[in-house]
Amino acid sequence: MTTATPSAPTNKLGFTKQDYVGSKSTLCAGCGHDSITAQIINAAFESNIEGHRVTKYSGIGCSSKTPAYFINQGWGFNSVHGRMPSIATGASLANRQLINIGVSGDGDSMSIGMGQFVHAVRRNIPMIYIIEDNGVYGLTKGQFSATADKGSFLKTGAKNELPPIDPCTLAIELGCGFVARCFSGNPKQMNTILKAAFAYEGTVVLDIISPCVTFNNHDASTRSYKHVKDHDFPLHDLGFIQYSEVEDVDIAAGETEVVTFPDGSKVAIKAIHEHYDPTDRFGAMKAIHESMEKGEFLTGLLYINPIQPPLPQVLNLVDEPLASLGEDMLKPSAAELDKIMQSLM
Amino acid sequence: MTASLAAPSPTQGAKTRINDFSIQVATVNGSGSQTANTVLLRAIFQMGVFVSGKNLFPSNIAGLPTWFTIRASAKGYVARKASNEMLILMNPETAKEDIAKADVGALVIYDEPLQLDKLRSDLAYIPVPFQKLVTASCPEPKLHKLVKNMIYVGVASRLLGIDMEEVKKAIAKQLKGKTKAIELNQNACVAGYDWAMENLPDQDHVKVVRDNKTQGLIIVDGNEACALGALFAGVTVVGWYPITPASSLVETFIEYADEYRKDPKTGKSTVAIVQMEDELASAGVVLAAGWAGARSMTSTAGPGVSLMSEFIGLGYYVEAPGVFFNVARTGPSTGLPTRTQQSDVELCAKCSHGDTQHINLYPGNMEECFQFSYDAFDLAERFQTPIFVVTDLDLGMQNWSSKPFAYPAKPYDRGKVLNQQQLAEAKDWGRYKDVDGDGICYRSLPGTPGGKGAYFTRGSGHNEYAQYSEKPEDYVAIVDRLKRKYETAKTHVPAPVFRNLGSDKGILAFGSSDPAVIEAQDVLAEAGLKTDYLRLRALPFTAEVDAFVQEKQVVYVVEQNRDGQMANLFRETYPALATKFKSVLHYNGYAIDAKCIVDQINAFEQK
Repeated sequence: MTTATPSAPTNKLGFTKQDYVGSKSTLCAGCGHDSITAQIINAAFESNIEGHRVTKYSGIGCSSKTPAYFINQGWGFNSVHGRMPSIATGASLANRQLINIGVSGDGDSMSIGMGQFVHAVRRNIPMIYIIEDNGVYGLTKGQFSATADKGSFLKTGAKNELPPIDPCTLAIELGCGFVARCFSGNPKQMNTILKAAFAYEGTVVLDIISPCVTFNNHDASTRSYKHVKDHDFPLHDLGFIQYSEVEDVDIAAGETEVVTFPDGSKVAIKAIHEHYDPTDRFGAMKAIHESMEKGEFLTGLLYINPIQPPLPQVLNLVDEPLASLGEDMLKPSAAELDKIMQSLM
Repeated sequence: MTASLAAPSPTQGAKTRINDFSIQVATVNGSGSQTANTVLLRAIFQMGVFVSGKNLFPSNIAGLPTWFTIRASAKGYVARKASNEMLILMNPETAKEDIAKADVGALVIYDEPLQLDKLRSDLAYIPVPFQKLVTASCPEPKLHKLVKNMIYVGVASRLLGIDMEEVKKAIAKQLKGKTKAIELNQNACVAGYDWAMENLPDQDHVKVVRDNKTQGLIIVDGNEACALGALFAGVTVVGWYPITPASSLVETFIEYADEYRKDPKTGKSTVAIVQMEDELASAGVVLAAGWAGARSMTSTAGPGVSLMSEFIGLGYYVEAPGVFFNVARTGPSTGLPTRTQQSDVELCAKCSHGDTQHINLYPGNMEECFQFSYDAFDLAERFQTPIFVVTDLDLGMQNWSSKPFAYPAKPYDRGKVLNQQQLAEAKDWGRYKDVDGDGICYRSLPGTPGGKGAYFTRGSGHNEYAQYSEKPEDYVAIVDRLKRKYETAKTHVPAPVFRNLGSDKGILAFGSSDPAVIEAQDVLAEAGLKTDYLRLRALPFTAEVDAFVQEKQVVYVVEQNRDGQMANLFRETYPALATKFKSVLHYNGYAIDAKCIVDQINAFEQK
């Protein structure tokens, strides 16, 4: 099972971190997306995820290449532009035991794929939906995306005159039960949120500000490393405790709120941003809007509602994957066909 | 009250048409006339006579004109007939035009206040005081509009000689257990029948005489037959978006799934049905579910297929199974959404950009709608590709009589799927390696434990191991193998059926044109022109199709579109024979009739 040296640490399933890696990245050196990939690998390793149950979906763009770079034991599906959510929907219905990770970008999700993003969230598809958000179209060499801030500049000097679409407030509005924002330059926060995301049953929307080193990392960009580092305001310190672990919440008492998932996992949230309550939907909307007005990137777990049935549960599907049901479960009998025929005579 | 039939009638002296006539009913959409017309159709069917119904309805919820034609035929001809022997005119807006278009000698039942009898002298008029009869038979004024139609069923039944008991049975059947509605409608029908008995003399123009042709047959529409095929095929994921005329396929499936697709132990569902946000998302769900090992489907019409095109190409290239029903309607664009056509032939044959070829099934009757729908899921999993089942509004939404469907005893073919053990034992497995030489590779399903078999599916260039590749030789190897796979399909898709009268002149048709072609063949033969008829049932063309087009001196390709799309596919496949294919076309939105086929073939023959 373990492919690395015997001394490499293993998780509870006996896998090393090496068992969670993928192919070598072909993105630009220093790309924020690679930091995200690294944290997906860490979080999956630390969360004892069974690699063969992982499915990785993407659309088109730089972000959409990344599922090839993590968890080789899982199946990947790089589909068409903006349509990753419907792919995740179909596969998650076919086999409700899959652990679904969708990786998209701001172009893929907030422009061409807006319709599918909105409806996947509305249906509460069981998936971690990551938006690797750099405000720019990298793969077609640097056009504005729909999340680019008003007044920001391209490398070419072109100015964006249109307001941005914010995936987080949109997701909260749509009833998403787990909405978070991270910065690819803050691995610790990403790691904790991803581990909590793995324990969550429904749709997780995770907007990760990930500067484009090639087309959007200049001083006039609001999504450059420098700009985001200067304007990143973490909401809170997070601790995540998986159900199977016995340790106490690894976070100082005080303004700490503990949110428990249906499987018993816990997220501990210590507010450092004006007593932020992530279970308050309206409060979350207000805080995000206020921070946007101030030009801040509010990062952390923005909103959480741990009890929200995902689509397979809403459809009351059998527990066994639909894909593995046999003919005996699926094909009505000859007598039943006869009964139907009689009713048509 | 004196009925005008008492006066000298233009139909007098003509031979009585027994079990061989068409009735056209003109009503207003949304007035409940569909129920009345189906009752009349069913009553004739219960009298043992072959019958078919065509609802020519508008793209509208209520208020626009609608026509329903019922054809009875002792010989079993069930195509639309261009002429009608009886008219029932209930719509004041179209009555004058309907009269102008009427065939000489037709019986015309109409609402008395319309005073249509002065318009032409070569028709036999039967004015009926509908309002008076409604008021007398139905105590609730708000229901008058609905029962009014049942009165004409009663009047027509009396004139045609249909047994009132059969009409009552048909009403009970149609309204399935709604006691009050059944009683109300039966009363209205009896009122019409009794009034006709007292006030109208017998007519000898058209008659229904009890026969035994329909014993043991069912009445069904193609969408229901396809839904049943999918039910028995064990579909487990349905992603769909409403569109005329395809919606009732999934809607009927939902009704059956409620009853037949619940786990008896837990009451939980063994099928996921999701109404998606559009056709694009529906296609995504279908292909991803198929990729993950489910049997998946969607149902749509031409505009939906256009929207799905990008995904269909992905499904073809990454080799993901899925069943796509196209209940075709009149295009292009929105076109005539409630009218029929076979104008998506080329679209479905080559759907999507790049070089693509798809397996298409063309059911031509209700049994085939059922059986081919069942088979489509086997083909999708065997060939790991999107499969089109192409019907049309005429097959899908009209009432057809049929033999009861035979139980599909053949076990499911789940195709080349490697399980955990097979993956562990496989040497040098590659997702896109053609091990058997038939162009079909072995796949693994997401979630298979054991650490073997995971691969990366991508719509971009890939090699035999599903790795990203832009190498020319890798690209060519994959697309050439896909072509080989399509060749393999020739021995797996349904072969054509023949109706050969012994001739070197061929007729080639498919789908809903079948009844009109059979009738046309008989008409032509009676006039001395024998033909051999091949009914195509699938793409790719099989060896039988190849032999037929090689040996015939001329092939009349009958189809319901303007451009002769099927003929084009033949000319492309057989460039050396291109001049053999002559197009016989019908594309005005109504179902094809025998006369238009006869006329066009005669015109070619006289050249």
